[in-house]
Amino acid sequence: MQSQTMAAEKLSPAAPPADAAIAIDDVTLRFVTPDGHMMTAIRDFTMTVARGEFACVVGPTGCGKSTTLNLVTGLLRPTTGGVRVMGNPVTDISRDIGFVFQADALFPWRSVIDNVAAGPLFRGTPKAQAYEKARDWIGRVGLSRFEKHYPHQLSGGMRKRVALAQTFINQPKILLMDEPFSALDMQTRTAMQDELLGLWSGLKSSVVFVTHDLEEAVALADKVYVLTAGPGTVKSVYRIDLPRPRVMADIRYDPKFIEIAKVIWNDLREEVQLGQSRGLQTGH
Amino acid sequence: MTAISPTEQAATRATSIVAAEAQARARLRKRHALVIGLRLAILVVFLGLWELCADYNIIDPFFFSSPSGIWEQIWSWVTEGTSQGPLWLQIYVTLEETFLGFAIGAVGGIVAGIILGRNKLLADVFSIYIKIANSVPRVVLGSVFIIALGLGMASKVALAVVMVFFVVFANAFQGVREADRAMIANAQILGASPMQITRSVIIPSAMSWILASLHVSFGFALVGAVVGEFLGAKQGMGLLISTAQGAFNANGVFAAMIILAVMALVVEFLITRFENYVVKWRPAPFNEQGT
Ligand SMILES: Nc1ncnc2c1ncn2[C@@H]1O[C@H](COP(=O)(O)OP(=O)(O)O)[C@@H](O)[C@H]1O
Ligand SMILES: [Mg+2]
Repeated sequence: MQSQTMAAEKLSPAAPPADAAIAIDDVTLRFVTPDGHMMTAIRDFTMTVARGEFACVVGPTGCGKSTTLNLVTGLLRPTTGGVRVMGNPVTDISRDIGFVFQADALFPWRSVIDNVAAGPLFRGTPKAQAYEKARDWIGRVGLSRFEKHYPHQLSGGMRKRVALAQTFINQPKILLMDEPFSALDMQTRTAMQDELLGLWSGLKSSVVFVTHDLEEAVALADKVYVLTAGPGTVKSVYRIDLPRPRVMADIRYDPKFIEIAKVIWNDLREEVQLGQSRGLQTGH
Repeated sequence: MTAISPTEQAATRATSIVAAEAQARARLRKRHALVIGLRLAILVVFLGLWELCADYNIIDPFFFSSPSGIWEQIWSWVTEGTSQGPLWLQIYVTLEETFLGFAIGAVGGIVAGIILGRNKLLADVFSIYIKIANSVPRVVLGSVFIIALGLGMASKVALAVVMVFFVVFANAFQGVREADRAMIANAQILGASPMQITRSVIIPSAMSWILASLHVSFGFALVGAVVGEFLGAKQGMGLLISTAQGAFNANGVFAAMIILAVMALVVEFLITRFENYVVKWRPAPFNEQGT
């Protein structure tokens, strides 16, 4: 099959360069299950994200996508191999990192402005300054009228905007996102993707965006990592050369986009099927 | 494709909405009045039947008292005082013991629950002892406290403390354990220190569990204080009950019981107010929405 296109260039995995923003170098991670067995979540995993690069990770459920992100945050440690962030080995939770969760991780007892100001306040910014900054970021995600609302008074899309503001206010050099928009309806998701690209182009952070939605990955990314069914490892890497700025509502109908998505889907399909049949066996 | 133009006039729609809203409000008011009316009716019927049965000796007022007898007893306590002194003093003494025991037990339970909830090792080590202590019938401890601490206030406070502590501890511990992991990770990555996580994530998310236990455990504190007084005291509502019991004064027992119930209800009301103030971020439960 010679469907290699100019837009989706398949890259050969290589050892990460020293100046990469994120470098996961031949990492294997095993969990000890509660009954004392070892369970390999990811194996021989190598991944590089250059500074300012937007990388997406796609793979079937349970293949180790969230685990990969947690390795970068330092909440998990590799069993073998090394993880470096901005050139330094990961030891503790880095101040350079921002994380947007799949589930709602806002603090329900804090109003919108208190949620957004949380990061600077935790990091010791004086109160007045933190709230001024928070007000600015709430404005950027278009929620100025809702500063005093509590999360339960907002729609799912609005809560995601608050989560983005809460993360971006720390101006993270590394932005990790774990299926952040998967619970949203189609229109809201498209709007949030545009919102994200807008915020990201202002900040120039290096992004790892995990999703199980291939089209979302292709639409957003500079680079797409396809993982194998668990224990996950990198199956293939594609560079996506669609021009920026991209408009999410339109890009889906771009013939080049469709072509790229098809190529990568050919790769992903068998892993998804494998993952599903295994999931049925193990009862996940 | 043809567009369909809206035919209804905006103005008429607006007035019909206003009318519908007024109707809905009137319906709600009527329903509210109905509920209150039915509650009062049940109370009146119950008290009336009790009084009638007592008057016609269907139930013996000597054992089961009667509303008028209870009322006379309360009135005489209010106007003439009890055999132990003024009624207000008895209420005050019992409330003081209850509040002291409640406060100490609740604070201790919350602190212990948070510390053990946050520290897996401590929790694993101490859980067995807490289970053992919790399985001791606590009322029996009342006798121990009276022997050890005497007839004064300390023994009642101690009994109220043990009544409250375990309930609040169990709920605080559970609340800490149930704190959402994603939320904790979020705080950690946003830059929170362990202390800040405890303050701004763990405690607020355990708060609804803790408040739920405060409701129940105030009642327990009152039980502790009253039972303590019952077992041996110089003052208080429990002593009043035990004196009345000794004199086969059913009116006195019921009257004291009703005074205690009113005390518990008033405090319960205050705790609910406090709870609504503390957790104002919580969405209203469905049955309260729109009233
Ligand atoms: N704390 C843990 N302990 C044991 N196994 C885990 C733990 N976290 C994840 N796993 C397992 O590791 C595998 C990868 O999980 P995860 O990274 O969450 O997958 P994904 O995000 O791709 O759906 C899964 O099989 C999961 O059951
Ligand atoms: Mg996941």
